[in-house]
Amino acid sequence: MTDPKHPAYNAFKYIGRHRRAVEHRRFVTGQGHYAADVALPGLLHVAIVASPYASARIVSIDTSTALSMPGVHDVLTGEELTAQIEPMLPGVDAPKVARYPLAKGVVRYAGEWVVAVAAETRALAEDAAEMVMIEYEQTPHVIDTEGAMAEDAPRVHPDHGPNVIWHRKFTWGPVDEHFAGAKHQINYRARWARSSTVPIETFVATCLWSDATQILDVWASIQMPKYPDLLAKCLRIPGNSVRVHFDVDVGGSYGVKRGLKHSILVGYLAKKLGRPVRFLEDRLENMRGGDMQGPDRIFDVSLAFDGDGTIRSMRMRAVDDIGAYSGRSPLQLGKPVGAIVGPYRIASVEYDAYSVMTNKTPQEAVRGFGQAPTNYAIETGIDKVARFLGMDRIALRRKNLIGKDEFPYLIPSGTRYDSGDYETVLNTSLSAAPFNAIEQQRDALRAQGMLAGIGISTCLEPSGGNSAFEPLFNAKNETTTWMDSCLIRIDLNGAVTALMGTSTSGQAHETLVSTVVGEILQKDPDSVRVLHADSLNALPSNSPVGSRMAIMLGGAAAGAAKILKSKLLAIAAHNLGVNEDALTYEDGNVFIQDEPARRLEWDALVEIAHRKYHRMPTGMEPGLQEKFCWEVPSGGQLPTEDGRVQMYPCHSFECHVVLASIDPDTGKTTLHRYVVGHDCGVMISPDVVHGMTYGGVAHGLGAALLEKFAYSDEGQLLSGTFMDYLLPSSEEVPSITIVDHCTPSPLTAFGQKAPAKRAIWVVQRPLPAL
Amino acid sequence: MPSPPVTIEIKVNGLLRAQMVEPRTTLVDFLRDHLGLTGTHVGCEHGVCGACSILLNGEPVRSCCMFAVQANGMSVTTVEGLAPQRGCLSKIQDAFCETHALQCGYCTPGMLIACHALVQNTPQPDEAQIREAIGGNLCRCTGYQQIVDAVKLATTPGYQVKEKSEPIAGQPGQVAIKEASND
Repeated sequence: MTDPKHPAYNAFKYIGRHRRAVEHRRFVTGQGHYAADVALPGLLHVAIVASPYASARIVSIDTSTALSMPGVHDVLTGEELTAQIEPMLPGVDAPKVARYPLAKGVVRYAGEWVVAVAAETRALAEDAAEMVMIEYEQTPHVIDTEGAMAEDAPRVHPDHGPNVIWHRKFTWGPVDEHFAGAKHQINYRARWARSSTVPIETFVATCLWSDATQILDVWASIQMPKYPDLLAKCLRIPGNSVRVHFDVDVGGSYGVKRGLKHSILVGYLAKKLGRPVRFLEDRLENMRGGDMQGPDRIFDVSLAFDGDGTIRSMRMRAVDDIGAYSGRSPLQLGKPVGAIVGPYRIASVEYDAYSVMTNKTPQEAVRGFGQAPTNYAIETGIDKVARFLGMDRIALRRKNLIGKDEFPYLIPSGTRYDSGDYETVLNTSLSAAPFNAIEQQRDALRAQGMLAGIGISTCLEPSGGNSAFEPLFNAKNETTTWMDSCLIRIDLNGAVTALMGTSTSGQAHETLVSTVVGEILQKDPDSVRVLHADSLNALPSNSPVGSRMAIMLGGAAAGAAKILKSKLLAIAAHNLGVNEDALTYEDGNVFIQDEPARRLEWDALVEIAHRKYHRMPTGMEPGLQEKFCWEVPSGGQLPTEDGRVQMYPCHSFECHVVLASIDPDTGKTTLHRYVVGHDCGVMISPDVVHGMTYGGVAHGLGAALLEKFAYSDEGQLLSGTFMDYLLPSSEEVPSITIVDHCTPSPLTAFGQKAPAKRAIWVVQRPLPAL
Repeated sequence: MPSPPVTIEIKVNGLLRAQMVEPRTTLVDFLRDHLGLTGTHVGCEHGVCGACSILLNGEPVRSCCMFAVQANGMSVTTVEGLAPQRGCLSKIQDAFCETHALQCGYCTPGMLIACHALVQNTPQPDEAQIREAIGGNLCRCTGYQQIVDAVKLATTPGYQVKEKSEPIAGQPGQVAIKEASND
């Protein structure tokens, strides 16, 4: 809770200071407004009938009994729904991998939705769902990821062909030459098991269609770019017929709250039935059918290095099991392209990436968007090289970390890292542990018969997401912008209100925007009201995916506030009869530098803008309302032919130092010390950043020790409840020490980068070192 | 399948509420859907995550794992009833804001109930006691660190609520009624 000490913060009045989050008061009083809290008269509820088989032909569906039950309004099959809507996009160029909310003809994973029942209560809908009779004929399935790549494997989408939905081999730099010239080479496999962020709130979508206005109102616990547009397209209605209410609170997401299929289903039913309709996943629906499972990846890596530990080149083959359908999941192999060498000086890279379909629940975008598994694979190799050479792993890292005077640093895959001081963060993290002391503690634990070890990892977190992976993975997709925007108005009474076009799932956007606007306009941030506009009232946004809100929404809010500030200055200059450069702006008031008594206060400036047109500069628009739409810094370019691309503008850095022990008798793992060094540039809200860092560490611990979506050979999900899919509690997550460092980014409004809330999964790394 | 509704009487946040419910209605659905007290959240519906925690006769319980009829004649305190008065915050609620002990806020009501129950019995808990007390409440955002910090802060002797707030007069109802949790 202490204020940051770095000199970069001296320039700011509000940024970087402790401040209570705007959102929290409503949450602690139970007045959050989540999608399931939206009460609409006449609301109908949906229950789902799901496939019990991993792969089967649907022989027949009998809905008659269910439909005849009291309180049941509709029993919807894929046959009907599919004919009325457009399929969801597969993300890559694979048009035959059509995906609809309800299965039609065949099912491709256990848990796939087959029939939806709409009834007056959820309980009645579930009663009726039990009476839907479906006859299946099982067909061959494939669960094993590498098995699915075999030519004779059962095909998940026969029309598409082989189960590899996407494959590309990138070669950046003279890899063969570097391997031939290096003294040593090691080969290893790293396996990242399927886990996810598993928010405590499941996905919810509520829709209301109006015949009169022809508008579909949508309340959903959504975190997804372009959601209103995609929903309209799939429902075959104009974009301006969909109004997504972004002012609902979202109970956690970390990337997974996509819910397009849920929303299409509910939107269709709402339109068909003329009643508001809600689908609120239960936990099992969320775990097996909600498309929220994360990366499931096999890495085969070769590292070429010299006897002194200099790593020269890397070959990485990554095979990702995306499950039965494709959304944005193949693109999760794309983000790592922007940080494919991690924080290390590796001169050439070959990246051979496969996206494979199996008869499992589809994968979805998850916190880190694929970077965490890649960091894990790289860090595994760094420790292996150190062990091979008998070299200290810290010294090896120091040798290969990109130096602070080497930025901006161009990596082989075409991305330029903006700034960093990796070695200092490593050093301060080791000092904070402190390393000597935890080595002694480790030895003492070993002397007591415990298995004990210290894990260290240094890794990178790209942030400020742009769209560059989209054209990289699909040449037909020429998306080169992923802007975000903010609109600010100063009302007649002088109060400041800012609007954004996205929802929040715990990232404290209202706090972010009000802090930034307060900083620029020099008004108390607590006086700045921030609203989540709906999608028909809002400016373009690409949602808080890609670790981008501090950079993009923060930049947009700063941009709009600066325009307003310059307008106030222009009004003041006009009325005081001087040039603007003679003026000083202070706390919203403007005065002549040399004659501070000649001034115009905030209220007077506002009054002129709103009421006194005759005192406005000629040609200036009355009122005080401005928007700013910001493009990702360093974005806007298509990839080169060999797949080089500026993927993300900013690169945060983390170092983790962990002392862990395992009781050989009980298997109980204890984390005795956890230090994370962290540099994300200027922190706009340090409390928010620290919270995300703690939470990211907990996610990493879960992935390393507890969490896995396991499947039987028959394709049945074995961990569909919190009894089987274990989440870390306060007794598994240790006390965590964060060591802040600040290397401002030269590319952003205040030098901010994104909080390291994701790649922290490398906590997994230290543990096998035991 | 539905059964005929029955009448139940439950004292909720100090007010007696009499309602007709289907016997299969869970307590959390009763609070949320029948009484409109949406502060209590549903997370897993099998008693693991703790998002639905409420105080039943002063003890923290899962409201997803019991039927409303089982609470007939008892008293319930929900998150809406934790503050001493409408418009104010309890010390724990205030300390949650101060230490940033929440992000998305979804687990927060259940977490506050667990912390509230802890400090009623243990006015100055140590870290191990705090971690044990919230061990049945899952949070995916905070990694628990700032929640532990909040409880420590709130139970520091002399801690005063810092949030600027004014009691809202003449508004009974979803207001903290202290005796509800002390029954």
